[in-house]
Amino acid sequence: MSILVFIETEEGKIKKSSREAISFGAALGETTALALGSVSEEELATAGQNGAAKVLHVADDRLNAGLIQPYAEAIAAAMESTGAEVLVTAKSSLADAVVGRVAAKTGAGLVSNVVALPDTSNGFVVKRSIYTGKAFANVSVTTDKKILAIKKNAIDLKQDGGAAAVEALSVSLDDALFGAKITATEKAEGDVLLPEADIVVSGGRGLKGPENWGMIEDLAKTLGAATGCSKPVSDMDWRPHHEHVGQTGVKVSPSLYIAVGISGAIQHLAGVNSSKYIVVINKDEEAPFFKAADYGVVGDAFDVVPKLNEALKKAL
Amino acid sequence: MNILVCITHVPDTTSRIAFTNNNTEFDKTGVQFIIGPYDDYALARAVELKERHGGKITVLNVGEADADPTIRKALAIGADEAVRINAFPSDSFFVANQIAAVAKAGEYDLILMGRESIDFNGGMVHGMVGELLGLPSFSPVMQLEVEGDSAKLTREIEGGKEKLEVKLPFVAGCQEPIAEWKIPNMRGIMSARTKPLEVKDPVDNTAHAELSNYELPPAKGAVKMVDADNLDELVNLLKNEAKVI
Ligand SMILES: Cc1cc2nc3c(=O)[nH]c(=O)nc-3n(C[C@H](O)[C@H](O)[C@H](O)COP(=O)(O)OP(=O)(O)OC[C@H]3O[C@@H](n4cnc5c(N)ncnc54)[C@H](O)[C@@H]3O)c2cc1C
Ligand SMILES: Nc1ncnc2c1ncn2[C@@H]1O[C@H](COP(=O)(O)O)[C@@H](O)[C@H]1O
Repeated sequence: MSILVFIETEEGKIKKSSREAISFGAALGETTALALGSVSEEELATAGQNGAAKVLHVADDRLNAGLIQPYAEAIAAAMESTGAEVLVTAKSSLADAVVGRVAAKTGAGLVSNVVALPDTSNGFVVKRSIYTGKAFANVSVTTDKKILAIKKNAIDLKQDGGAAAVEALSVSLDDALFGAKITATEKAEGDVLLPEADIVVSGGRGLKGPENWGMIEDLAKTLGAATGCSKPVSDMDWRPHHEHVGQTGVKVSPSLYIAVGISGAIQHLAGVNSSKYIVVINKDEEAPFFKAADYGVVGDAFDVVPKLNEALKKAL
Repeated sequence: MNILVCITHVPDTTSRIAFTNNNTEFDKTGVQFIIGPYDDYALARAVELKERHGGKITVLNVGEADADPTIRKALAIGADEAVRINAFPSDSFFVANQIAAVAKAGEYDLILMGRESIDFNGGMVHGMVGELLGLPSFSPVMQLEVEGDSAKLTREIEGGKEKLEVKLPFVAGCQEPIAEWKIPNMRGIMSARTKPLEVKDPVDNTAHAELSNYELPPAKGAVKMVDADNLDELVNLLKNEAKVI
């Protein structure tokens, strides 16, 4: 099978979720990665570690911002020129917006939130997460061409490959595709991106106010974690909206999720139930979150969090 | 301004998920259905835009007759008329084709959707519809202001946001804080009963994927409690048992 993997970069580095997508592709067949916009060749060559045989690079400066229509056009053109049977991408807010268009352009069957390699013993059956992580569906894709958007942290990283050859690819992109004008971009720099994070420390209304987030940030720093929050916390502007985890926010799937002062409402759980391990810190032993947790501590966050941070610093 | 709002009819966010018929059908027993939360944001913003600029709101659902009460709720919230394409929404491409056909037949300045449905969480239908119509599509959209024939919108990107200026018409997948969910009032509920709800047959039956079966995740083991005065033990468990730090 010939596979094309669309990869995204963040501050010049290939995103971890894109490396997972390459690993997924490499397990299926001959894998070519595709990068859009300016990225260094050295960085792109490292896609080989994850199993890409080759990286195609469309080094068009107009693609430095993640624009939906031109991206869809460039990806569809690369699918065409490589004759790829399967396009693989990590699920992300950009990829979501882009691959629906690619599917409609190419007639490829699209499955999102894929959590495992397809079963090709009888057709092409893919397992995907549904109902916000509460269930799975096995879906049979009936088209010749397929597009799979992979759920983050669902696939083991392959890291034992060599360097990939990087080749320039040129695609012609009509100016009309660039009709949307970006007037401003705001980005938290240097922090661990929440949807990509391997460890997440989240705070809820139990923390009483934004001024108390210092201890959450300290704990996250010790663990190299991203910070998250519950919906009321972002609704009250204690924390930025992009940190809000749950049914109507970011769905995370880290190895470790630490919830501090969050009650564990089902809508919050919907965003975290794909985490491998969950630690809950809450002063109320009846908090529903404990039922979804692997480890629990009943106690006052203002006492437990700093102490946990000290214990971790000692041990790490 | 004419706005088309596409809504899903989905299990309430607190629903217990279960399956029947050899794990090939969703078990609706005791499940309360709602307008998809993101679609509800799209609808709320449409109502606000209509208050400001005038015009008409059409809601569209691809679904079976059991979706009618959910569609009536959207009419009660402030949509003027509704269309239901009478078919089981099995595959996102199938759904996108139906929406594109309705959109082509009307003259819409805006086509608003949710960023994703909460049953299949694909987040894909808006892009497909945009492409099928040859219109730009944006998602997830957190703010949307219309002025004349153009719009200013804010789109979430990972770890931040981006502001854009675009020309109408386009397709947008919405999320908070684009608007606050609206609760229908008595007058809305009364008038919803007589607003038109047109039921149409699907235009095309092409689907790209079929369901084989559903699965539930394995049950979670019991929680291990650690004493708040013994956090070294928690660190030890995370390090040596879970091996996550
Ligand atoms: C359609 C819909 C969608 C929703 N989507 C989401 C979503 O995506 N994400 C989300 O999070 N919510 C969502 N919600 C809201 C959700 O139902 C809950 O209201 C919310 O998650 C509660 O947030 P919380 O746990 O921070 O606050 P609370 O429920 O107020 O809980 C605070 C917790 O902190 C504990 N606490 C208090 N003081 C301390 C202390 N000193 N130390 C330790 N613990 C303490 C309390 O015991 C309590 O358990 C949604 C709701 C609806 C209706
Ligand atoms: N069956 C449907 N009927 C009407 N609109 C739909 C349907 N399915 C999806 N949509 C719209 O498309 C958005 C994205 O859905 P999805 O791609 O399934 O996550 C939803 O938030 C709705 O606005």
